[in-house]
Amino acid sequence: MACSAAGKIIHPPSINSARSAQKPHSSHKIISPSAFLGFTSQPDKLFPVSRTISSTGRRSATVMAVSSDVVKEKKLKNAPSSAPNLLITKEEGLELYEDMILGRAFEDMCAQMYYRGKMFGFVHLYNGQEAVSTGFIKLLKKEDCVVSTYRDHVHALSKGVSARAVMSELFGKTTGCCRGQGGSMHMFSKEHNMLGGFAFIGEGIPVATGAAFTSKYKREVLKEDCDEVTLAFFGDGTCNNGQFFECLNMATLWKLPIVFVVENNLWAIGMSHLRSTSDPQIWKKGPAFGMPGVHVDGMDVLKVREVAKEAIGRARRGEGPTLVECETYRFRGHSLADPDELRDPAEKAHYATRDPITALKKYMTENNLASESELKGIEKKIDEVVEDAVEFGDKSPVPARSQLLENVFADPRGFGIGPDGKYRCEDPKFTEGTAQV
Amino acid sequence: MEHYPRVCVMGEDVGHYGGSYKVTKDLAKKFGDLRVLDTPIAENSFTGMAIGAAMTGIRPVVEGMNMGFLLLAFNQISDNCGMLHYTSGGQFTIPTVIRGPGGVGRQPGAEHSQMLEFYFQSIPGIQMVACSTPYNAKGLMKAAIRSENPVVLFELVLLYNLKERIPDEMRYHVMQAAKTLVNKGYDPEVIDIRSLKPFDLYTIGNSVKKTHRVLIVEECMRTGGIGASLTAAINENFRYYLDTPIVCLSSKDVPAPYAGTLEEWTVVQPPQIVTAVEQLCEL
Repeated sequence: MACSAAGKIIHPPSINSARSAQKPHSSHKIISPSAFLGFTSQPDKLFPVSRTISSTGRRSATVMAVSSDVVKEKKLKNAPSSAPNLLITKEEGLELYEDMILGRAFEDMCAQMYYRGKMFGFVHLYNGQEAVSTGFIKLLKKEDCVVSTYRDHVHALSKGVSARAVMSELFGKTTGCCRGQGGSMHMFSKEHNMLGGFAFIGEGIPVATGAAFTSKYKREVLKEDCDEVTLAFFGDGTCNNGQFFECLNMATLWKLPIVFVVENNLWAIGMSHLRSTSDPQIWKKGPAFGMPGVHVDGMDVLKVREVAKEAIGRARRGEGPTLVECETYRFRGHSLADPDELRDPAEKAHYATRDPITALKKYMTENNLASESELKGIEKKIDEVVEDAVEFGDKSPVPARSQLLENVFADPRGFGIGPDGKYRCEDPKFTEGTAQV
Repeated sequence: MEHYPRVCVMGEDVGHYGGSYKVTKDLAKKFGDLRVLDTPIAENSFTGMAIGAAMTGIRPVVEGMNMGFLLLAFNQISDNCGMLHYTSGGQFTIPTVIRGPGGVGRQPGAEHSQMLEFYFQSIPGIQMVACSTPYNAKGLMKAAIRSENPVVLFELVLLYNLKERIPDEMRYHVMQAAKTLVNKGYDPEVIDIRSLKPFDLYTIGNSVKKTHRVLIVEECMRTGGIGASLTAAINENFRYYLDTPIVCLSSKDVPAPYAGTLEEWTVVQPPQIVTAVEQLCEL
């Protein structure tokens, strides 16, 4: 597997252009990522090549997974034995590996705990998609914001929320990151700027746009030195939702520092992306709104990281938003309640061979960045972290009744004045949770 | 906006146009295009954007060009504005103000004439206020902006062109009816409820204890309106002080028609109020 890669924008050849007046970019144009900037000057709508849509939902042949011609060339030039042009250093590699192993081990433990009856409701696991989360979030600073969907455990972990806090939250304990009030689908952390965790798809994208707006506002109105970037993660199903399009428009209009990351895992519960979308190539929706659209192999953390560097860099420099479509796959069902019967086993097997963790391991060992034993050591360490998180969650207390009326309002006088003329929040029973509200 | 640089306005046509009802006239010239943001027509998204901005430190005031358009933002108002402080365990506050003019008057037709308080009243975590005079509109707006809680502020379309201290239509109808009643020898006490959620049951309670008869007049629909909630609340809390069942006069459960005469008959008129009071007092 080619672990070396850089994201590229590839224009599919336009078969026929109804607009003869315009000059479309007809031939394959391979543009290096740094020319994202040039993208806005190409507003042409390129007509899709006819695609063979197989009912098993395999990717259409015309979607070109990005591969690195640039980096391959570099490698050929140099002596193959010494590889000074590796994409990552040893420390970076170990960090990425550790983060992905944490994501995977944590999610596997969630499944175990769910079936043991320690957590309830809807739990959506991220197995298989770790490369996207690690690839993007590990490039961020603490002040940068991340907005996710219900599949947010690993985004929270990558952003820095401790495994203990996330696990307790899933168990519904007071020590959870949201005091047990949010649950699996609402992971928030003010400290780490994890802005959630939203149950309805598309709900988080405007919130991310708002966070990016704040960055711009701070820079331009409050004159603070602010280059914070926001990342919005969402899936392929969301890309047919109105909020997605509305936010793409607003982000480009005001050149907000945001990156829209599409985790295209081909399935929205049981709805295949190809069955629900008129043009399945989501990256094309970026240029329609005037922002670069990039497609990248989301099973390869290094490719994702290269694209992420460019997109985040663009946003930090104030050049505006980017839409990144990551081709990825979830190894488990949509949620732990999903029997996952619709997906073709052959498709699952195909993507299992592209497991991002195995791929990174192979890259690191082949390029002598780390030894097997070092990586095994990391795996062991993570196992202990996850076990510790479970223990912590188990030992933590469940919320008391007194927590029931807290946090509904930032200012609890919002509960109003009771019939006796006093604020309801001043009622002595309020702190017990038994006041009449 | 002068005192707090983090206060900004977002909405359709609030900037260069000055607001569709000129509420934000000249603000863009003074404060700039980013602080008085002209948004594209995407209510759900720009309300969500306001919420995201509020979570990260700005205090936006969102204007729905017409209250009915806030329906398009219902997802964001209900799930994020109302509940996000709670689901984040208190980590993020949403100090937004969402305001919108609504109501019947000048025949705007069914969809533009809606009074939507009753859709929003069940959302936990938001406060709702309605202003009835230009005077209390200012006070309510200032308090709403200062509040850390999300506030939805309902305004009346008809209020906007008033320069004097003339009250809104329903209050005006009620005051007219009250004058008639006073002339007939009754002694009505009129309470103008400005806080729709939470209700000010203390003031209402004191009045009930004095008068023992309650008539609720509103512009919401009969079914599920604010009046219905208020009837339940008063019954629960002041049951023993009531001599008669509570009567609630509301708009008819029909879309507001275009024709002027029909429009007039959907809302409560002063003679109806007078008749209702007389009937109450005879019981």
